[in-house]
This record gives sequence, structure tokens and C-alpha cells, in this order.
Amino acid sequence: MDLSLRWLKDYVDIDVPIKELVSGLTISGSKVECFEEEGAFLSNVVVGKVLEIERHPDSDHMFTTQIDVGEGEPVQIVTGAQNVRKGDFVPVAKHKSTVLHEGKQVKITKGKLRGVASNGMLCSLAELGLTINDFPYAIEDGIFILGDDVDRTIGMDIRKAIGFDDTRIEFEITSNRPDCLSVTGLARETAATFGLPFKLKKPEYKGIDGKASDYVDIKIENTKLCPRYMGGIVKNVKIKPSPRWVRERLRASGVRPINNLVDITNLVMLEYGSPMHAFDLRYVEGGKIRIRNAKPGEKITTLDGVERELSEEMLVIADEKKPVAVAGVMGGEYSGIMEDTNTVVFESASFDGASVRMTAKKLGMRTDASARYEKGLDPENTYHALMRAFELVEQLGAGEVVREYTDEDYSDKTPKSVEFDAKWINDFLGTDIPEEDMIKYLNSLELEVKDGRVYAPYFRIDIGCKSDIAEEVARLYGYNRIPSTIIRGVAQAQLTPKQVFERKIRRNMLALGASECETFSFISPKFFDKINIPADSKLRNTVLISNPLGEDTSVMRTSIIPSMCEVLARNINYRNKAATLFELGNEYIPVEDEVLPQEPVRLCIGLYDTEEPFKFFELKGMIEELLDKSGLEDYEIARPGENTVFAEAVSFHPGRAAVIKTADGKEIGIFGELAPAVSENYKIKERLYIAKILIPELMESCVEVKTYKPLPKFPASVRDLSVVCDESLPAAEIEKAVKKAVGNILESVTLFDVYTGSQIEKGKKSISYSITMRSADGTLTDEQTDKAMDKVFRALEELGAVLRS
Amino acid sequence: MKEQLLKLEEQAKDSLSAVTDAKGLEELRVKFLGKKGEITAILKQMGKLSAEERPVMGQLANKIRSDIEEAITNKQNAIKQRLAQKKLIEETIDVTLPGKKVKTGHAHPLDATLEEVEQVFLGMGFDIVEGPEVETDHYCFEALNMPKSHPARDTQDTFYINENVVLRTQTSSVQIRTMEQRKPPIRIISPGRVYRSDTVDATHSPLFHQIEGLVIDKGVTMADLKGTLELLMKRLYGEETKVRFRPHHFPYTEPSAEVDLMCFNCKGAGCPMCKQEGWIELLGAGMVHPKVLEGCGIDPEEYSGFAFGIGLERIAMGRYKVNDMRLLYENDVRFLSQF
Repeated sequence: MDLSLRWLKDYVDIDVPIKELVSGLTISGSKVECFEEEGAFLSNVVVGKVLEIERHPDSDHMFTTQIDVGEGEPVQIVTGAQNVRKGDFVPVAKHKSTVLHEGKQVKITKGKLRGVASNGMLCSLAELGLTINDFPYAIEDGIFILGDDVDRTIGMDIRKAIGFDDTRIEFEITSNRPDCLSVTGLARETAATFGLPFKLKKPEYKGIDGKASDYVDIKIENTKLCPRYMGGIVKNVKIKPSPRWVRERLRASGVRPINNLVDITNLVMLEYGSPMHAFDLRYVEGGKIRIRNAKPGEKITTLDGVERELSEEMLVIADEKKPVAVAGVMGGEYSGIMEDTNTVVFESASFDGASVRMTAKKLGMRTDASARYEKGLDPENTYHALMRAFELVEQLGAGEVVREYTDEDYSDKTPKSVEFDAKWINDFLGTDIPEEDMIKYLNSLELEVKDGRVYAPYFRIDIGCKSDIAEEVARLYGYNRIPSTIIRGVAQAQLTPKQVFERKIRRNMLALGASECETFSFISPKFFDKINIPADSKLRNTVLISNPLGEDTSVMRTSIIPSMCEVLARNINYRNKAATLFELGNEYIPVEDEVLPQEPVRLCIGLYDTEEPFKFFELKGMIEELLDKSGLEDYEIARPGENTVFAEAVSFHPGRAAVIKTADGKEIGIFGELAPAVSENYKIKERLYIAKILIPELMESCVEVKTYKPLPKFPASVRDLSVVCDESLPAAEIEKAVKKAVGNILESVTLFDVYTGSQIEKGKKSISYSITMRSADGTLTDEQTDKAMDKVFRALEELGAVLRS
Repeated sequence: MKEQLLKLEEQAKDSLSAVTDAKGLEELRVKFLGKKGEITAILKQMGKLSAEERPVMGQLANKIRSDIEEAITNKQNAIKQRLAQKKLIEETIDVTLPGKKVKTGHAHPLDATLEEVEQVFLGMGFDIVEGPEVETDHYCFEALNMPKSHPARDTQDTFYINENVVLRTQTSSVQIRTMEQRKPPIRIISPGRVYRSDTVDATHSPLFHQIEGLVIDKGVTMADLKGTLELLMKRLYGEETKVRFRPHHFPYTEPSAEVDLMCFNCKGAGCPMCKQEGWIELLGAGMVHPKVLEGCGIDPEEYSGFAFGIGLERIAMGRYKVNDMRLLYENDVRFLSQF
């Protein structure tokens, strides 16, 4: 809402510096976004009078003028304009002034034009930043000859002389206060905020004898969506430009002045917040106005020239045959005022807010009118608006008002009231405001306190409960005067086990050298193609956004992996040498027959390194450390089988992927190198290393607190072992066999070498372990360790692994 | 003999002062004190002495021996010290050479900020509660006093899954879920992702984070709301921080407020950072609307409460002086490794 400061001053004698005004209003609840002085780009432009004008000696289209600018000596100015006459009053940009040129501020200085000195410039409307709408008697391609609606005091600042010195204040009005989408509403707030009287005059008109119903028959067919419709007739209208005071108020409010009748409807809407419409009676067929729902298939061409199809739930204003306006949104093509209009019907009506909102949304046209109606204007508004329109018609000499108007009124007139309890308000706010002060605040907003109740004026549609009254009191008392206290009572707060676990994971990942990412939860369905997910994969069953910003953010991710791939690829494209990243984020998994999807938390780790490209074991090492720190005591790393729970297994290099299995065989993670084809899809050369770990499932398998194992009392026996076996035999099998063979005296089995090459038969590998044994009961004897090692040899032989000679 | 001994002592002292290294010193020791050394040689002649002379000479010889021994030890220590000194000098390095990189992870600025906020609230007795991001229209709007036709819905451009399911536009949805499940007193915050169909630019993102707060108890006042939020702001921005409360409108709170932070750049005077206002809009808050309480089965005559919603991005960007929101979601390691 743009407010003209000049217009505001019609209703309240506010005389504080502008900064104080806007901050005062912001603090009392009418938030000022910004303010702007009209014509601030003009400087040193004044009213001048043309004393002499003669042809330029050296040009056939220029003139040399002598202009009185009130400085004693006239000023010589050369102009190319053809419309200047001796005796004219003109805007003069003096030496060292600023005006607009093609929309930009430019400086005017003295100079010579074809050898003749010119000490400034005569200005056109455009150079002043104005249009023909602001001064309809001026011409566009010539000097603005000041008319008699301008203060033509020679030497006067042009902005003051033509009234181009208003201040436009832009407000952010919340949806509960449509009354503040008007000059009077904001004036009332200003008066209450600064403790000044609000000077609203009751509109008056004389009228001529007659009844509106003799001209037009008005009936509401849907009184729910239109509780009140008022129609008034103005005859013998004289279409002409509005006077300056109207034009400048509209301009400062951001509305283009058109002609007196249209301007009146706009003026009333801005002043009273109540939209109006004026129909040319000639185009109301059958002399009937019906407020009804649109008929199936009915169409209307709106004022903007677009044909629109209406649906049955929409409300229209119709004549005998056709809709002439979409109720509360926009008029029809021929419904408006024309040059030869003779009789008009003024509509001032109240429509159901939700219905207007729905209609405007469906038709894709939000207008000044619909923006006000959709918030739910009170039917009482329509009366005041029509009265003001009648008053303006007479004041502007725009026509003759037929005295008796039609008022179809089905609105509920019960006054709204809520309980007034000063003690409750103070208890609720934590304040100590005297009751008389509360009443004073409420009265200043026209909220009347009577018999323990507060009665809301009609325009306050937002008042409905005790806390609404508390807010009115609080905002005029001043939110910032309310004390600051600490909530009473004690409360025990604690993190849930899930939160504790997730914090632990996050902390451990940071300690392991991975940096944290935040990626979007919505992805493109194409992301699945990029990681080679087949068309029939369950991952493609996603939660779909019906109105996405674009395809890139159109589905909720069912896998966190592609989000990480995007991040890694982006970093590679930025030529970052290496990245070790993680994200702790949700996946969104649709559940059959459930309204909402599941949102399980996943840990995704991503790595690449352009200098040391092979990162598999680094990734695996990180995971092992993480699992250990998280309290997972028993697990197994294996190749993902056919029946892996991870649909993303297909994204990985088949020979370089592994799953993490808990002791009870549940897969809780997958990791490894992504297939080279995936890198190709991202148009990168580097291999990507990715892990995805299911956090709730991991948490379930972890011990919350580790138990201390006593430090060893007796020395350990260490034996090294090298065996030769088939290259395909997994190291994990050997380790498992060793563990089983040695039994409970085994402390650790540690791999220290894997060798394939010339010293070994082709297809075989040599693999070496260090086996540490220790007993809690005493020092192990050589026999004990030899016996254990014998068992190991035999077990390994069964796997086809023989001692390396 | 006495002369012999005294001469020997003198000789030893002279030789010692000439010695510079450990090897020469050892040679000296053998020469004077060894089994075949000169003192031993002299002492062998003791037999020739008279019984009276013998103890006197013996004493003298022993004294000279121990003197030489002491002198050698002293010299030994001096040489050792000198060598150690030399070694230290030799081992001098250029301490201005760069340190060896230790690889540590960097917390994301959003998560680091969130943890601090959570810590403040945990200290004040607020539990942390989570809720679904894909949410029903009921929890996201209807139960928050925003029926389908409510004009306030226009201010939150919503992503729809279907007519009844949305991506939550605010974490306020968790308020309702919490009030349905818990009995007052309630003190919670609920951080999480929220979604609005805003095109990405320096200050907008279709996905961002909010921290919702809710307190319900008997006798909770608007003054408590002010006190709680002022405390948070002081913890986050320092004791000097100034905030102002401004009336606003949210359908689910009454009275409602917006809270502005005095611009830390210009201290309220007005600068480009705060668009000349002197204040930076930070969060929305208010007293929970009685209709919302009633809808959750809490009697507004008995209980009252407040709620607030803070944008995590705004806090994080203010703290770390990040001027473009896109950086937070781009995850460029050059950005992440700065924190």
C-alpha cells in the first residue's frame, strides 16, 4: 500500500519529521517498507515567465527566449520547442540544475547553442518526471506551459508550484488489517499512534429527485457470496479530467489519473479501502443487474481485453443476458466509462472474501479490488464508500446524483464484541497497565468499552477474542515497554537417544576429516539415470511435487547418493583437488497406504582425490573407525549379493563395492567406488567413492556405552604367517578361519602384506598376517602357541592356502 | 717421591687444559690413572719408603689421584656440554616453514550455528523435537488457524504433493504435533528444513531451515517471550545486542510480533546492509492463538504460551558474514573449509 503523505494530512494534523512518523507507525504495527519524496531528482527548477521570444539567428527551428525567473535580470535560454509564446509560464531548469532525461537524472549547465548563450533549459513534462495524465492540458512533445491550476509565482520551486512534492510511504499491511489498505485506515492508526484527533468527515450529497430503481433493477441471487449490493445512478455525466488535487493524490498513491468518473472510483477505493465499479447504463442489457453464480461454459471478456472462461462457483455481476463483471475482481470489456457515457451505475458491494480469492486465483488475475475483497471487507464499508462517491461527483461537477439509491442488504448487523478484562490482559502480557490507559488506547482506535465488553467498529474484521484486545492494548502501549522476564518453573531438557547418536556420528565424521554438506532434499528424476538406476527400480517410486520450481527440484530423494555425487562433481568442475565430505540427511520413502512418507536419516560419505585417485581403503578405514566409535562391536564387510537391500548397488563398480552386515546379517551400509560409467554421466574423469549408512538401523545394532576391558597382565605371543592361496580367496575368509582356529586366546590378526607377481604362481597371491595371542590367566607357553598355530595351518589348508616356503 | 708426585700433578693439569675432545681425555685418564698409569707406577715405589713416610706419601698420592680424577670429570662434563650445545646449533631448523597439514573435517556453518542455538535452549530446559518435512495440510495450515481460503496462505508459496499433503512451509507444524502428544508444561524447539517456492538467489532458497520454539504452561506471558528471545540474541550476538519488537500478524499467534536486531554494522544509524532502517528483521513470534490451543485440546483459559520461528540461514549468514545464501547449499570445499 502506497500512501500519500499529503492525503494523510487531510485526515490527521501530523507534523513530525518523516523519519519519526515512519518509525512510530512501524512500532505501532503499520510497517513502513520505505518512503520516497516525489520529484527528488529535480533541483533548481523554478517557475519562469517568457518575456521575449525571437527566432534563433542561426537556426530555423530554435528560439531565443528571455525568461523572468525572479532574479531581476531576465535569463536568456535557447529552446527548440515550438509551443512557447510570450507571456507563458514555464518550468525553467536554471544553470546547475538537475532534471530527468530518458528516465535518468542529468545536470543542466549554461552553454552555447549555435553560438547563442543559453543559461538553462525550458522543461517538458517528461523532463520533470511527469506524464500527460498528471497535467492533461499539456502536450507531450513540447514545453509544459503551466496552467491556472499551478501556483505561477515567478521564481517558485517547480515541485512546490505544481504539487510534485508529496512523499510516498510504502506500507506492508498484514492480511488481517484490510482496513489499513486505505488512507483513512492509516490516518486512524496515525492519529492513535501519535495521540492526535482523527478528522473523518461524514460525506454529504444533495442529489436530484429520483430513484435508482427506476433506472436499473438490482437483485442478489446468492446472498451468501454477496451479502450487500448498493447501486446508485449518476446522470448527465460530464467526462473530463479531474482537478489537480485528485490527480496528485492518485499519482502519489501509484494510480494513474484517467478521467473524473474513473478517478472517483479509484479515489474512493484508496481513501475508504472499498473497491467500486462504474457501469455505463447503456451496456446493462434489459436494465437489470443480477448478482449470481456463473453459468456453465459462460465467458466474459474482461477490461484488459482477455476472454475468460468462468466456472459455476464464481460469482458474476450480470445483466439480463450476460456477465458484465467478475464480482470483486474486474469489470467486463464494455462495462467501463467511455467518452460519450451519459448515465452510470455506481456499484458499491460486499463480496465473500474466500470466493473472491478463489476466483482471482483461478482466473490468474489479482487486482487492487480483489486484493482488498479477499481479506473480507465488512458490508458496512459499501455504504460509506457510495456516499463518498456521490459527494465527489457533486464536488467535481461530474454529473447529477439520483438521490435514492438501491440497497440490497442481507448482511449480519450484530455488533462484534469480546470480553474486556484488564486484569487478564495484564496477566497475559506480563504488564501493569492501568485500566484507564487501556480504555484510552482502545477508544483511540474506535473500539468502544461498555459494560465489561469491547465493541469493535465495523471495519475491524480481525477482532474476535480476548487476545486480540490484548494486542491492541500492547501495541499502543508499546511492545518495547513490556518487561522482559524469564519463564518460571524448572524444566528438564534432554536429547533423545536418536539425537545423541546423530550428534555422535556427526562429531566422529568431523574428527575423521570429513567436512559437512547440506544438499537439497528434492532432486531431478534424471539424477537416477546419472547413477545408473534401472527404470523399474523401487528408488524411482518417489514423492512427487505437483508444482515444482523446475524439473531439477521436482521429486523428493529416495536416495541420498546422487545429491553427494552432484556435490563431488561440482567440486571437480571447480578444480578442487580433493574432497572428503559427508551429509547427514533424510531420504523420503513413500509407504503404501500411508499419507506421509517415511523420512529415515542416512549418512552419506563422498570422496575423490585427483592426485591419489584410489581411495577405496581410505573410505573403508574411515567407515571401520566410525563403526567402532559408534559402538558397533560385531559386523562383517562383504560383497553385495544379489539380494542386497541397497538398490544403489548397481551404481557401484562391481568389483569395488562392499556392504556392512551386522552380526544378525542385516545390511546397514554400502560403500565403494562408483562405476566408471557414473563418472562419465557426470562428465568427469575422476572415480568417486561413496558410502551410504542407514543411521536408525546402525543405532539399533550399537551399544550405547562401551564396557572397559581390563588391561593385559601377561605378555603376548606374536607369530607371523605367510600363506599362498588363490587370488580370488577373500582375505576376510582367511581372517575368519584364523579367528576360529585360535579361539579365545586370539587378541588380534593383522594383515601386513599382500603380494602377487613373479615370485608367485600366476593366479595366486601371497598374504601375510601377524597373529597376536594372549591369555588373561598367565603367560602363554610355546606349546600353547604352537598348538594354536597348528590348528591355523590346518584350517588354512582347508581353504587351499598353504604355508609359503 | 713427593717431588715426583707434585710434578705429576702439575703435568696432568697442563695436559688436561690442552685436551679438547673425549678421546684425548680418555688417553689422559689411562696415562695418569690407569692400572699401568703413572700414579700406579709411583705408588709401586712405596715399598722403598720408611714406615713413617709411607702413610704421608700414601695420603698425598691419593689426594693427587682424586684431584686428577675430579679435574678429568669436570673436563668431561665441559666437553659433553659443548658437544650438546654444538648439536643443538646444528639441529636448528627454519621454524617459518609451513606446518604439516592435519586433515580435520569442517562443520557446515548452518549445523554449527544450529548446535549453538540448541545449546542455549537446552540450557533453558527446552527439548528438541523433530517432525516430518512432508506434512499434511492439517498440521501445516489448518490446525494453525489457516483454513484453505485464508489469505495468509498467499504469503507462503507452498509446494504441494497433493491437495492434502505439502512440503511444510514452516516448522510450526511440529507445534501442533507436540501439543497433541504432550501435556503442558511444554518447552520445545523444533529445528528443521522448510520449503517455499522461491527461486534461488542471494537471499532466497526454495529450501531453508527454521527453528520453531513453543512454550505452554500456566501463566506464561508475553514478557516471558521477550525475555526468552532477548536472552537468545544476547547469547548469539553478544551482551551488547539490542532487539526491538514490532506488532505483526500470524494467524496462529495473538498478539504477534516481528523481532528486529539492531544492525551490527551501523548500530541503528542506517546503512546499506540494513536498507537504511537501522534494524534487521530476524524472526516472528507471538502468544499462541487460543483457537490453536483449543484445537489441540488445551484449555486457553487455563494455559497460555508463546511460539517463535527463527530462520537459521539468516542467523548463520549474519554470524559468518556470508553474503550469498547459495554458498550454503553449493558445498564448495573452498567455502566449507573456512569454518
